[in-house]
Amino acid sequence: MSALRGLRVIELADEKIAFAGKLMGDMGADVILIEPEAGDPSRHYPPFLDNKSGENRSLHFWHYNTSKRGITLDLEAREGQTRFIQLIKGADILLESQPTQRLQQLGLDYETLAQLNPRLIHIAVTPYGRDNPKSDLPVTDLTLMAAGGPPWSCGYDDHDLPPVRGWGNQAFHTACHFAFMSALTALLFRNSSGKGQFIDVSMTAALNVTTESASYAWLVNGSTVLRQTGRHAATVPTGETQMQCADGRYVNTGVPPRFPAEFAKLLNWLRQLDLESALPEAVFLEMGAQWEGPFDLSLIGSDDTITAIFSAGREALKLIATSVDAQAFFIGCQDAGLAVGPINSPTEAFEDPHFKARGFHVQVPHEDSGRTYTYPGAPYQLPASPWRISRRAPKLGEHTQEVLAELS
Amino acid sequence: MQHALSGVRICDFTGQLAGAGATKWLSAFGAEVIRIEDPVRQGRWDILRGMEPFKEGQRGLDYGGGFNNHNTDKLGITLNVRTERGKELLTELIKISDVVSENFAAGVLEKWGFGYSQLKAIKEDIIYVSNCGFGHQGPYSQYKTWGPIVQAVSGLTYTSALPDQEPAGWGYSYMDHSGGYYMAMAIMLALLHKQNTGEGQWVDLACTDAALTLNGPALLDHSINGTPTPPSGSVNSNRSQYLNMAPHGIYRCSGDDNWIALSIRNQQEWSALAQYINASWTRDFDNEDYRLKHQDALDTQINQWTCNFDKSSLSDALQKLPVPASPVLKPQERIDIVPDTEVFGLWPTVEHSAMGDVRVDGLPVHLSETDWQMQRGAPCLGEHNHDVLSRLLGLNDDEIETLAAEGVI
Repeated sequence: MSALRGLRVIELADEKIAFAGKLMGDMGADVILIEPEAGDPSRHYPPFLDNKSGENRSLHFWHYNTSKRGITLDLEAREGQTRFIQLIKGADILLESQPTQRLQQLGLDYETLAQLNPRLIHIAVTPYGRDNPKSDLPVTDLTLMAAGGPPWSCGYDDHDLPPVRGWGNQAFHTACHFAFMSALTALLFRNSSGKGQFIDVSMTAALNVTTESASYAWLVNGSTVLRQTGRHAATVPTGETQMQCADGRYVNTGVPPRFPAEFAKLLNWLRQLDLESALPEAVFLEMGAQWEGPFDLSLIGSDDTITAIFSAGREALKLIATSVDAQAFFIGCQDAGLAVGPINSPTEAFEDPHFKARGFHVQVPHEDSGRTYTYPGAPYQLPASPWRISRRAPKLGEHTQEVLAELS
Repeated sequence: MQHALSGVRICDFTGQLAGAGATKWLSAFGAEVIRIEDPVRQGRWDILRGMEPFKEGQRGLDYGGGFNNHNTDKLGITLNVRTERGKELLTELIKISDVVSENFAAGVLEKWGFGYSQLKAIKEDIIYVSNCGFGHQGPYSQYKTWGPIVQAVSGLTYTSALPDQEPAGWGYSYMDHSGGYYMAMAIMLALLHKQNTGEGQWVDLACTDAALTLNGPALLDHSINGTPTPPSGSVNSNRSQYLNMAPHGIYRCSGDDNWIALSIRNQQEWSALAQYINASWTRDFDNEDYRLKHQDALDTQINQWTCNFDKSSLSDALQKLPVPASPVLKPQERIDIVPDTEVFGLWPTVEHSAMGDVRVDGLPVHLSETDWQMQRGAPCLGEHNHDVLSRLLGLNDDEIETLAAEGVI
C-alpha cells in the first residue's frame, strides 16, 4: 500500500510547485491539479514529443505532472469558488504558489478554509515567504538561484568567467523538497493531534540553506568561499579534482589514495597498464603500499616522505586517466577502493547498466495514444509502500466531470 | 509550541551531510535523535567533526563548524559495537527506537551484525533507512561516493557549465544536501506507513537514483525523442535550458566579482528592458527569434551595459519594470546585508557545549502549529552517554563508569 494512499492533495497549477505535487502523487496521494480554463502555461513548455509543439506534447508537463488528475476551475467566478471550497472540505493538503494576496482577495485564505476543514494542511510556496512583498516580483529559476546563493559557489578558477547556474530547475526542486518534507511532518502531527496547519515555504531561503559551507563558513567565522573549477568552493584554493580521460570525457578524481592498501592497488594497476616506468614517482607508491599503520594526514605538506607519497598518488591517477577511457578509469579506481566518478551526461547516466538493474527505467502507458514511454523512476525504494507512477499527466480538464461527480 | 515529531526516536548512525542533514530536520521538529559514534576512532568517521570552519581558532574534534551545523539538537553517545557489551546495549536501544538510520558504505551495518534481518529480529516493526551513493543493490553497490561523485555520475555536473570550458559542476555537495532531504522524506514516509499499517520496512536509498530524477525533462527527451544531451563544451547552463528566453544569463557589474542574473521571458519584458537601456543597439534585437539566434552578440551588448552599474541598484531598477533579475549574492550579502533571510528567521543561534553560541542554517519553512526549533549545538563526543544510558536504558552510575573503563563507550 502506497504511503500516501487515501490522501487528497489539491494543487493550484504553477511550474514552481509541480514537482512537489509529483512527489506526493507518486507516493500514492490523489493529487488533483486545478488549472484555469486556458490551462497552465507549462503545458506548452519544451521539450515536445517528436519535437513538435501542440496540445499534450510537452514532455516538461508530462514529467512534472505524473500521478495527478486534472480539472479546470475558474477561481475568479463564484461557481469555481464554490467547487473549490467543496474540494477543500474533503482535502488533506492544499499546495499552492499564488501571489501572496490572491487567495485572500478571493475569500479563500487559510483562515477561511481552516474553518471549513480544520484538518487541512495548506502549503504556500513563494520566492521569499508569504509575508515578504518581494515574493510578488517576477522570478525565474535563474534569478531565484542568484538570490539564494548557489551560483556564487559554482563556476571556474578564472573569475573573469561568470558564476554558473546548473540546469534542471533546481531552484524549484529544492523548494519542492522542503514543501514535501513539511507536508510529511504536518501529516505525522495530524495523525496524532487531528490538527492541520499553514506552512510557509520560502524558495530563496531553501536555497540559502542548500549551499553547504558557503553559508556556514560565513556564519561560523566570517570567511567567504570562492568558486573553483569542478570542485568545492573554498576559502583557500584546493587541488584540482577534474581530469580529461583518453576518450575526451571528464572524471572527478574524488578522494585520492589515503590508505596503504589503496596505494598497493593503484601501483598494481599501474603495472598492469605497463605505466610504472612512465611515472618517476612510482617508488613512493611502493613506500605508501608498505607503510605501517595509518598515515598522519596532518603531516602532508610538512613531512617530506608523506608529502611525496600523497603527491605520487595524485600523479599516478593523472597518468592513468590520460591512458584509459573515463568508464575504465571509474571501474579501475573503484575496484582499488577509490571514490571517483565519470562525468556522465544525463543521457549517459540514464543508460548506465547500474540504474537499469535498479529498475530506474519505468514504463508508463499512455493509453490515449496506445503507446508506452520510458520515464525516470523512483528516488527511493520503499518496498512496503512503493513509489509508483499511477497515471500519465492529465489532459486539460480531463477529470473535471469525474471529480465533480465525486463531490455530489 | 507543540512538536510535530515528539515521541519519535531515531537510533542514528548517520554522519557528514547526506545523512546528518536528514536527521537534522527530524530533531528540529522534536524527534529524539540519538547519534551513535565509535569511541575507538573518536567519531572520526564523520570527517566534519574536526574540520574547518572553526570559530575563533578553536580546533579539535568537538569544534567542526559543519558538524555543528548539521547536528543541532541531537543527542550524542559513543558505543563500541565491536564489543559484546556494546552490541547488547545497541540491541536495547534498537528495541526502544522507531527508526535506525545510517549512511555508511553498503554492508557496514550488516558486518556489525545489525543488517535488516537482525534489526527486524530485535524489533519486528523497525524502520531501517540506509543511504549510500549507489544503493545496496546493483552492479556498483560496492562502490564508494561522496557528493561530487554522485553529481558527476548522475549528470548534474555535466549540465552545469559554460561553453568551450570543462564542466563547472556544483561548487558544493548539492547531492549531499538533497540526498539528506530524500532520506528525511523516506524516514517520514515509512513512519506514516507504520502509523497506517503497523509495518516497518527497509528503505534502500541511493543518492544517485535521487540525483537522476532531478533531470527529468532531459531524460524524457532522450528516452522518447532520442535527443542526446548537448555535447560537452557546448553547454551554457546560464542560458535557458528549454524555454525561449533571451537574454538569459549572468552578467558583469561594477566592483570586484559582482554579477547580476537577468531573464527576459517574452516580448513585453524585452520592450521594457530595451526602453530602460535606452540605446540604439537594442533595436537590432527587437525580434525574439533574432535574439534567440544571436545570443552571443546579445550577451556581449548586455555585458557592456551592465558592467557600469552597481548590481543591487540595477537589480532593483529592473525588478520595478518589472523583469526577473537578481544580483548574484555573496554569502555575507544574503546572510547579513539583504534583510530577507534574517526577517524569515533563517539563521538561529544555538548553544554548543564547547563552542558557545554559534549561528547555524535554520529551515526555510514555518509551520503555524508546530514550527521547528533549534537551540542546542551538535553534541560533543559522548556528551549524552550518561543521559541516554541512565534515562533510556536504566543503567546506574557504577555500570556506566565500568563501560567507560572497559572502552565500551
